[in-house]
Amino acid sequence: MSQFLYMSGYAAYVWPSIGLTLALLVFNILWARQLTRDAQAEARRRIASEDAS
Amino acid sequence: MNWVWFHRFGSPPYFYAVAGRIVPWLAWPAGLLIVAGLYGGVVMAPPDYQQSDAARIMYVHVPAAYVGLMSYTVMAISAAIGLVWRLKVCHAVAAACAPIGASFTAVCLITGMLWGQPMWGAWWVWDPRLVSMLVLLFFFIGYMGLRGAIDDVQRADRASAVLASVGIINVPIVHYSVVWWNSLHQGASLIRKGGPAMPASMWVPLVLVIFGFTFYFYAVMLVRARAEVLRRDRGGSWVRELLTAPEQPK
Amino acid sequence: MTSRPSLYAAALLILQRDLRLAVRRPGEWLQPVAFFICVTLLFPLALDPAPERLRQLAPAALWIAALLSSVLAIDFLFREDGRDGTLEQFALSGQSFTGLVLAKTLTHWLLTGLPLAVAAPLAAVALGAPTAAIPGVLLALLLGSISLSLLGSIGAGLTLGLRRGGTLVSLIVLPLAIPALVFGAQATDLAIRSEPAAAPLYLLAALAVLGLTLAPVASAAAVRIGLE
Repeated sequence: MSQFLYMSGYAAYVWPSIGLTLALLVFNILWARQLTRDAQAEARRRIASEDAS
Repeated sequence: MNWVWFHRFGSPPYFYAVAGRIVPWLAWPAGLLIVAGLYGGVVMAPPDYQQSDAARIMYVHVPAAYVGLMSYTVMAISAAIGLVWRLKVCHAVAAACAPIGASFTAVCLITGMLWGQPMWGAWWVWDPRLVSMLVLLFFFIGYMGLRGAIDDVQRADRASAVLASVGIINVPIVHYSVVWWNSLHQGASLIRKGGPAMPASMWVPLVLVIFGFTFYFYAVMLVRARAEVLRRDRGGSWVRELLTAPEQPK
Repeated sequence: MTSRPSLYAAALLILQRDLRLAVRRPGEWLQPVAFFICVTLLFPLALDPAPERLRQLAPAALWIAALLSSVLAIDFLFREDGRDGTLEQFALSGQSFTGLVLAKTLTHWLLTGLPLAVAAPLAAVALGAPTAAIPGVLLALLLGSISLSLLGSIGAGLTLGLRRGGTLVSLIVLPLAIPALVFGAQATDLAIRSEPAAAPLYLLAALAVLGLTLAPVASAAAVRIGLE
């Protein structure tokens, strides 16, 4: 296992690359979800204000 | 030929509903392919005979480069369609592509640097491919900058669509000018050319990750495009029906 | 139906009008040239001015200065005419809007690109280039600045009337200008080293022709969008 993590000496390059990529994948998902929530909240606010008036 | 389906796609409520149904069908394969490909590439594939385990960076670097280029293409084509046929949905798709594509391009550059340091002994080498990717990142930044600077949504859509179209014509010119520049300044590329073909244990995981990233891109892009469509049509009656319906969609 | 002048006549009218305006507002075309000379002047001051080193650096200095200067100058292309409604009159005139935008862009090139190309050999000689290099440098800048003006017209059209237009124009135009920079600097370098510079000059000419055919369409579309 430690042999695998060691990456024959390239651990400092291989793992950050993969970690960064996975972080990007997660980040893009969260970002897209947040945009969806924002858009829905905005539309709901607008509907509520229209109904109130 | 019946073009009704095409026009239906141009209608925001239809797009919103269909895209929402498609997203899971893209997201789950994407997850499976990425996990399988990365497992195959990082754990199972043999180390490269020249580059040893450092070559495993390839399994994220190459797919990121591919998705970066693909997303610019998707963005430009969609923007051009939106410009010609004035389809709001196409502009929403183009707007959704840019940040994802920019982030993949940035990751491609950073992983390229992390690969270059142990292999070439330098964080950055003025290799034509690296330079072209950097220029692509600047195209994305310019596109998003223009979009952000224009307050009126319609104008932002159409102006950025012109820029994306100009950009896609320029990408090959920039690429070949940089290749030409490099051949004069630097001699052959540092990346080995015409080396031994990759064994299947190496290219199969690579292809899996490329497909996985592609599915992932379309899934996230559609989620973003849906949000964009909703934001633009927030006063529309279909949005009201959608959000005040008894069973609310997630 | 009143008869309207041909596109050629309209283009000539634009040329005359813009040249007359330029005579009254000399800053618009003098400032970019002054800026160009000023930037090239900075390079020897930032380095030690050993003649051999300066000569190596000259193409890069000339072209980066030319790029920055053209981006700075492009601000003048549509700004005034966009503000006072002239561009809208152009759009309503029934003439080919693309043709009129091209006429404006070429006039702009006469006012900013041409002085740049004329000033470049002087700057090159000051940076240690032999006098035999003058025709090559002049030709490279002449051809290259056409591409720069045309690309700039796209950027200027896209950012028409925007408050934060300045840095955005450079961000949009500079990456597009990379091919012109590569071939232009290469031609200048070969000219300064007294080697045949035909190949990059042909490529620069090809870029200029490509720009002349495609860029006006894009910038006219961009200006129209900006006017809406």
